[in-house]
Amino acid sequence: MKLPMSWLSEFVDMEGISNQDYDAKMTMSGSKVEEVVYLGREFKNVVTGKILSNVPHPDSDHLVICQVDVGKEEPIQIVTGAPNAIVGRVVPVALHKSTLPGGVKITKGKLRGVPSNGMMCSFEELGLTQNDLPYGDPDGLLLMPEGTPVGVDIRTVVGLDEYVAEFEITSNRPDCMSVIGLARETAATFDRELKLHTPVVKGCGGDINEHLSITNEAPDLCPRYTARLVKNIKIEPSPAWMRERLHAAGVRPINNIVDITNYVMLEYGQPMHAFDYACLKDKKIIIRRPVAGESIETLDGQMHELDTNMVCIADGSRPTAVAGVMGGYDSEITDSTNMVVFESANFHGATVRVTAKKLGMRTEASGRFEKGLDPRMTVDAVNRACELVEILGAGEVVDGIIDVDTTSAENKRLPFEPEKINMLLGIQLTADEQIAYLTKLGFGVENGEVIVPHFRTDIARMCDIAEEVARLYGYDNIPTTLFGGEAVLGSLTAEQTFEKKIGEIARTCGFDEAFNFSFGNPKMYDDIALPEDSEKRKSVRILNPLGTEFSVMRTTSLPSMLESLMHNLNHRNETASLYELYKIYLPKLNDNGTVNPEQLPDEPHILTLGSYGRLSFFEFKGVIEKILTTCRIADVSFEPEKENPSYHPGRCARILSGDTEIGVFGTIHPLVAKKYGTNAEILAAEINVDRMFAHVAPENVYHPLPKYPASTRDIAVLCDDEIPVARMQKAIEKSVGSILESVSLFDVYKGKNIPEGKKSVAYSLKLRRSDRTLTDSECDDAMNKAISILEEKFAAKLRK
Amino acid sequence: MKEKLQSIREMATEAMAACADSRELDAIRVKYLGKKGEVTALMKNMRSLTPEERPAFGQMVNELRSVIEAGLAENKERLEAIALERKLKSETLDVTMPGAEIPVGKKHPINLVLDEVKDIFIGMGFSIAEGPDVESDYYNFEALNIPKDHPARDTQDTFYISDNVVLRTQTSPIQIRTMENKKPPIRIIAPGRVFRSDDVDATHSPLFHQVEGLVIDKGIRMSDLKGILEMFAKKLYGEETVVRFRPHHFPFTEPSAEMDYQCFQCHGKDPNCSVCHGEGWIEILGCGMVHPKVLEVCGIDPEEYSGYAFGIGLERLVMGRFKITDIRNFYENDVRFLHQF
Repeated sequence: MKLPMSWLSEFVDMEGISNQDYDAKMTMSGSKVEEVVYLGREFKNVVTGKILSNVPHPDSDHLVICQVDVGKEEPIQIVTGAPNAIVGRVVPVALHKSTLPGGVKITKGKLRGVPSNGMMCSFEELGLTQNDLPYGDPDGLLLMPEGTPVGVDIRTVVGLDEYVAEFEITSNRPDCMSVIGLARETAATFDRELKLHTPVVKGCGGDINEHLSITNEAPDLCPRYTARLVKNIKIEPSPAWMRERLHAAGVRPINNIVDITNYVMLEYGQPMHAFDYACLKDKKIIIRRPVAGESIETLDGQMHELDTNMVCIADGSRPTAVAGVMGGYDSEITDSTNMVVFESANFHGATVRVTAKKLGMRTEASGRFEKGLDPRMTVDAVNRACELVEILGAGEVVDGIIDVDTTSAENKRLPFEPEKINMLLGIQLTADEQIAYLTKLGFGVENGEVIVPHFRTDIARMCDIAEEVARLYGYDNIPTTLFGGEAVLGSLTAEQTFEKKIGEIARTCGFDEAFNFSFGNPKMYDDIALPEDSEKRKSVRILNPLGTEFSVMRTTSLPSMLESLMHNLNHRNETASLYELYKIYLPKLNDNGTVNPEQLPDEPHILTLGSYGRLSFFEFKGVIEKILTTCRIADVSFEPEKENPSYHPGRCARILSGDTEIGVFGTIHPLVAKKYGTNAEILAAEINVDRMFAHVAPENVYHPLPKYPASTRDIAVLCDDEIPVARMQKAIEKSVGSILESVSLFDVYKGKNIPEGKKSVAYSLKLRRSDRTLTDSECDDAMNKAISILEEKFAAKLRK
Repeated sequence: MKEKLQSIREMATEAMAACADSRELDAIRVKYLGKKGEVTALMKNMRSLTPEERPAFGQMVNELRSVIEAGLAENKERLEAIALERKLKSETLDVTMPGAEIPVGKKHPINLVLDEVKDIFIGMGFSIAEGPDVESDYYNFEALNIPKDHPARDTQDTFYISDNVVLRTQTSPIQIRTMENKKPPIRIIAPGRVFRSDDVDATHSPLFHQVEGLVIDKGIRMSDLKGILEMFAKKLYGEETVVRFRPHHFPFTEPSAEMDYQCFQCHGKDPNCSVCHGEGWIEILGCGMVHPKVLEVCGIDPEEYSGYAFGIGLERLVMGRFKITDIRNFYENDVRFLHQF
């Protein structure tokens, strides 16, 4: 809301209040001032000047040389190409070393050899439009009206010597979307008198009821409808003061009748509409829901289908306006309009909002109605419009007013609870002090009740009244206290601590933390080579995405990790290792297998790792193992995974805890890498953190340090190359029994002396008893068990 | 004889002092004290002496032996010291050369700041609550006193999954979920992602982060809200931080406020300040006393309990802290960016 300060001054004496002070105090009392702008801030050294003479330029067909009186002792000489440099007229003159809007600087110079000491300006050069200055010539100098003084600052004669406060008005305060509303806040904030004016309409006799009848068939959607009639309309531009105020408030002046409706809307906050009376069939206005199939051409020339949940203003045969949104083209005010109906009505906010949204027409009026306006102001507003008609001489107001009112004139009353207000705010004000603040804002207090002024549609409970008291008392004056209430211990949950730990280990292993979007392009599933019928393609879809690239909630974190790695590759970062700890979104499905958008998806947490340029496959696996062991994941094993289409079939493993798959890792399939635009070896892992957490082993208990020495024995076997070494290791662990302290793989060899398709695998076994030293025969026995299980299960041969 | 002993002593001492390495020293040991050494030979000569002469002579030879042994030990130490010195010299490094790189990963700047925020609130007795990103319209709006077609919905351009399911536009639904599941006293913060359909540019992202806060108990006042948030700002930005609370509107709190902190660059004195753009104050969070309607919806009696809630925009905090000018950096994961924090 843009509030011209001169307009505000009509309602509150602003003497002695600086703009800075105004900004600060209004903001702190609840009406946030974005900034106070001086409309003429871009002007310097531009004055009015009278053209004294006009002679042709000796060396030019289109230039003329003028002597211009700019209020100084001597006239100045200006060369111009304008066709309308009429002697005797007053024009804007940008003097030597002047500035015009847009940062245009004017200095003296020579035009084709003739000195010119400035520039005479058009309205465009002043940053104004034909709407602001209807008498202006768009192709020439701005010839100012007779009687314009000479040698004065241009800003003072075109309405730009004005400060405008720009407010951010919150949606609960539609009453502050008006000059009067903000004047009330100003008066309360600065403790000054609010000077309200009751419109006075002289009238010209007659009776509106003889010309017009109004029927309200939808009182639930239109609680009040008020109208007056004006005849003998003379459409012309509004006077300068009105145009200038509208311009300052950011509204384009059109003609006197339209300007009056806008002026009243800005002043009172009541949207108005003007119908051309001649276009109302049967001299009737009917407020009703449209019937199915009805349509209307609105002022902007668009055709709109209406539906039965909307409200329209109809005449005897068809809709002539979409209530609260926009008028109809057919009843628009034109130069030939002779009689006008002013509508000042109250419409149901939510209905206006839905209608405007459906029709794609958010207008100034609909934006106000949808916040819920005060129905009590329609009469004052329509009378103010008629008063302005008379002041402007724009027509004659027919006596009488039609006011179809279903609302109550009673004020809302709430219990006055000063103690509760003090309790809620943590302050100690007396009841009288609170009453004084409320009174300033237009509230009354009597018999233990707060009387809510009708314009405050937002006040419903004690807490609302508390806020009124608080903001005038000053939020800054509320003390700061600490910790009322019971003492509570703060902490992370076990899951949160667990996830924090995973991040710490990943960073220790040289992985940087990445943040990726939760949504992506459905094409990502093709990029990671998911088959057409993959369940992972079933995603939660956004109905109104910003674009296809942000349209589905990811069911896998792999694509975004690959994109992040590619960003690094493409920016020639030699290496990047990233981890991400965030969610994927797994939809609930209908019985037929389709996504059910009405149910919230599961949101498991996923640890995603990605790396290139630094780690080998087994170093990468080492990182994963470090994470799993540090997090004490129970019974971890890895199984070759050949079917996952995103990974290299020979370099991919499922990660298991017991029998539960908790994740997958490997080298990205070269074809997938190629899809992302690289031949580089990319390593990635996707691990379900929720499943990890569910498989955390119990905390370790102390084992006494061994008293007796261990025996270490090595064993090397020849076996088929296909056999995973981890399986053989597991077999050894199972067969040897309790004296096996640990077994570790220490060599895998292929090549010279080893037959094709075979490999040599060597393990080191550490054997120990806790109660005594092992005997040689016990050790031999253990080794024999290991050898025989390898021979039996894997057809391995002992190498000697 | 005495003279001979004296001369051996002098020659040996001289020879040992002249030794340059341990091998030479060992040769001297063999020459005098070895099986065929000169001192050993003297002992063998004892037989030629009279029994009366023997004890005195034996004592003299033994003395000579100990002198040489002591000399050997002393010179061994001397030579070792020389050798060590030589070795250390040869091992000298240019210690100004750079250390080898040990790669250690970095926390994302958003989490870096978020973890500080969490620590501050945990220290003040808050726990961390969570909620889903894909949220029902009920939790995201209805229960927060924002019915369908309420104009407040305009300020939050919502991504819809269906008529009743949205991507949460704020972390406030976690307030409702917490109050439904837990009896007061409640003291939580709830950090999380929120989504609004803003086109991507330097200062807008369709996805950003908020930290919600909620305190519900008997007798909670607005002064408590001011106290905790002022303390938070001081812990985050330093003791000298100045904050102000200014009236605002949120449908789920009443009274409502926004908290600004005074620009730490210009303290409100520079109209062209690059940090606050001359406003003097930088908005940091929205807050207020929980609306009684919201308490009622969650089955908490507003006559018995009261509370406050707040919502912090995390990106603004992080960008201000590190002077990051483009929000898109957060989601590109360029390691050159991540390594800066």
